[in-house]
Amino acid sequence: MDIFVQQLINGLTLGSIYGLIAIGYTMVFGIIGMVNFAHGDVFMVSAFIALICFLLLTTVLGITSIFLALAIVLVVAMFFTALTNWAIERVAYRPLRGSFRLAPMISAIGMSILLANFVQVSQGPRNKPVPPMIGDVIVLMERDGYQVTLAWKQVIIMVLTAALLGGFWYLVQKTSLGRAQRACEQDRKMAALLGINVDHTISLTFVIGAALAAVAGVMYLMYYGVVNFADGFVPGVKAFTAAVLGGIGSLPGAVLGGLLIGLIETFWSAYFSIEYKDVAAFSILAVTLIFLPQGLLGRPEVEKV
Amino acid sequence: MAAQIAEPAAGGTGAPARADSFGPALKDALIAGLVTLGLLGPLVGFHAVVKDEGMNGQAALGLDYRPGLVAIMVGIVFAGRLLLNLTVWSPNRVVATRSGPTVFDRIGTTLGPAIKPALLAFAVGFPFLAAFLMGGLNESRYLVDVGILILTYVMLGWGLNIVVGLAGLLDLGYVAFYAVGAYTYALLATSAPINDFFAGLLGATFWANWAFWICLPLAGVFAGLWGMILGFPVLRLRGDYLAIVTLAFGEIIRLVLINWVDFTGGGAGIASIPRATFFGIPFNASEDGFAARFGLDFNPMHRIVFLYFVILALALVTAFATVRLRKLPVGRAWEALREDEIACRSLGINTTNVKLSAFATGAMFGGFAGCFFAVRAGFVSPESFTFDISAMILAIVVLGGMGSQIGVAVAAAVMMGGMELLRNLGFLSNVFGPGFDPTQYRMLLFGLAMVAIMVWKPRGLVSTREPTIFLKERKAVSGDLVKEGHG
Repeated sequence: MDIFVQQLINGLTLGSIYGLIAIGYTMVFGIIGMVNFAHGDVFMVSAFIALICFLLLTTVLGITSIFLALAIVLVVAMFFTALTNWAIERVAYRPLRGSFRLAPMISAIGMSILLANFVQVSQGPRNKPVPPMIGDVIVLMERDGYQVTLAWKQVIIMVLTAALLGGFWYLVQKTSLGRAQRACEQDRKMAALLGINVDHTISLTFVIGAALAAVAGVMYLMYYGVVNFADGFVPGVKAFTAAVLGGIGSLPGAVLGGLLIGLIETFWSAYFSIEYKDVAAFSILAVTLIFLPQGLLGRPEVEKV
Repeated sequence: MAAQIAEPAAGGTGAPARADSFGPALKDALIAGLVTLGLLGPLVGFHAVVKDEGMNGQAALGLDYRPGLVAIMVGIVFAGRLLLNLTVWSPNRVVATRSGPTVFDRIGTTLGPAIKPALLAFAVGFPFLAAFLMGGLNESRYLVDVGILILTYVMLGWGLNIVVGLAGLLDLGYVAFYAVGAYTYALLATSAPINDFFAGLLGATFWANWAFWICLPLAGVFAGLWGMILGFPVLRLRGDYLAIVTLAFGEIIRLVLINWVDFTGGGAGIASIPRATFFGIPFNASEDGFAARFGLDFNPMHRIVFLYFVILALALVTAFATVRLRKLPVGRAWEALREDEIACRSLGINTTNVKLSAFATGAMFGGFAGCFFAVRAGFVSPESFTFDISAMILAIVVLGGMGSQIGVAVAAAVMMGGMELLRNLGFLSNVFGPGFDPTQYRMLLFGLAMVAIMVWKPRGLVSTREPTIFLKERKAVSGDLVKEGHG
């Protein structure tokens, strides 16, 4: 029971991070129908930007308040990651609209390799550890010497995710930008005829997706305290799994899928085998796509001729 | 590198500059420079260095600064874009519209008939040429090794070409079948029960001498079977889902190889795998060895040269099989499927079976290549079968032009050979400073090339589509003109 509660907390934390990345996948898929394979690496780049910014703030500028530093890091990482993703869309995906079916996917794979290796070359292949930022924990219950703890950083992650999702939901449902985006999702040609700047809307989709991935990147860095150039790949695939599981194209689905994947991964590690946790996540992806391709909250895809 | 990507940043739908004004061009270049600064500033301008402190492994991070490097890159982007705006992208320029085959296609079609025999002759004569040029068999070892590496990738490229190029299925887990082939040979050849069984039946050295030749077809069969097992449930999926699921399968197989220690030896891999033999005659200095039987002086290079010819033969078998398969109904169905899946279905083609046959055929050739890899290296470990290899093979196929045999071969030679060449260019470290290692830029270049080729020539460098059926004469059509359906 104690272990169960502890794993539940850990799983929800991890799931929040996956959910934030998954939104980027699901939004891009919804609007232009491509799997943005490079999104996991955009997440990794954001963690590196956060790392650099954090070092700059603490070691060079000497900011001691950890919350102030985190807030600045968050804003800086969101800005630069959004700029990166904007540039990626402009360079690698926009010229391919109307090209053949596999072209954007191949371009995205190339971009993913490019980003990972760019970071490897510019920052070196070693793990980058940061000093633990927030170490305090709340002890929820204690029995037989086993403590169930809720770390403050987990609280921050969950609260921040919930707040961001609320803001994001408002953006998509209530603002004109969100309306334009949903219109483009339904019918790009018709939206353009009605005066919506489709290219602009798609660009903004990439910017928003990247900003959310940047939040995930900052929290990943804060939670694990270490980042590596290859860290984009596996979380990227897992977040994609989350998007597929929740129903690709559906925003609540992405969050639900993220939480489910986070929970499955932590419980699998706790009760079965930690070595096979990635195998479990990848298997879920395959099984979902084969048996439930529309996901939990998605609409079944109708093929138009 | 990133400077080069940022360059066309505003190029896609770049700001239209007036014909006579310098101002907009300058403004556009300034924006591009600023974007580059934003992209490269954080990750190139600063370098988080791990500084080890003390013996307890406590690592701390420090910052290094590289403002000069960023300034140079931003400067290149700014100047380059300004120049382009004033010349090539200038609105005064007359845009040539062309609908026929492009320059590369024309080179491909005119030189095609001549270039294939020439390349083949070069490939066959390469070890002798290398020995002649380097002044001895032993001195040519490095060149022949590079030749084997390139041919391995040519074969893998041709194998994947069946799946991606002909059938239009994006397979990101091709390395899984390479691994299945390699482990089939490694496990069977080092298995003690099989060795004992044949030792009692056909002599003590039988299995060591014949293992490769018996396992080679088996490796292909196993890989093909795995292709069917993995392919059957997923081939109904649409293209990009299929790509991700094959990627997941590739990773699952690698993780299982790492974690199933009892069966595969885990991360340590399998060592001392029996070497290749000349159809049962081992390459050693003994009386039964290859050198003694053929009246030659013993030289370890005999084995290497033989391996070169083995992989050359395997690659040629792949190419030949592909050429023949394209003329069969199933091959035509593959290509039809690539062009329009819905049309195929309405014409009564069982798309699942057709896809499955392409997937399994491609996997089989991957298995052959894996078996060869194991016998050449004498050692296999899961480290050799990472996603990077899949990505490299895919990049080769994409660059060469999906469906083009000669394009894939040239792409493999240029990418793999070019990287080897880069490794040996000593003067580069004089330019970029000591510690400059071109090999670490390898995957970076692969990624960049994939993006660039998709943006610039999505059908690959050699993208001619040869019609299989024609009325009077065969007309080459540029691949860019072939419209592809959705599926």
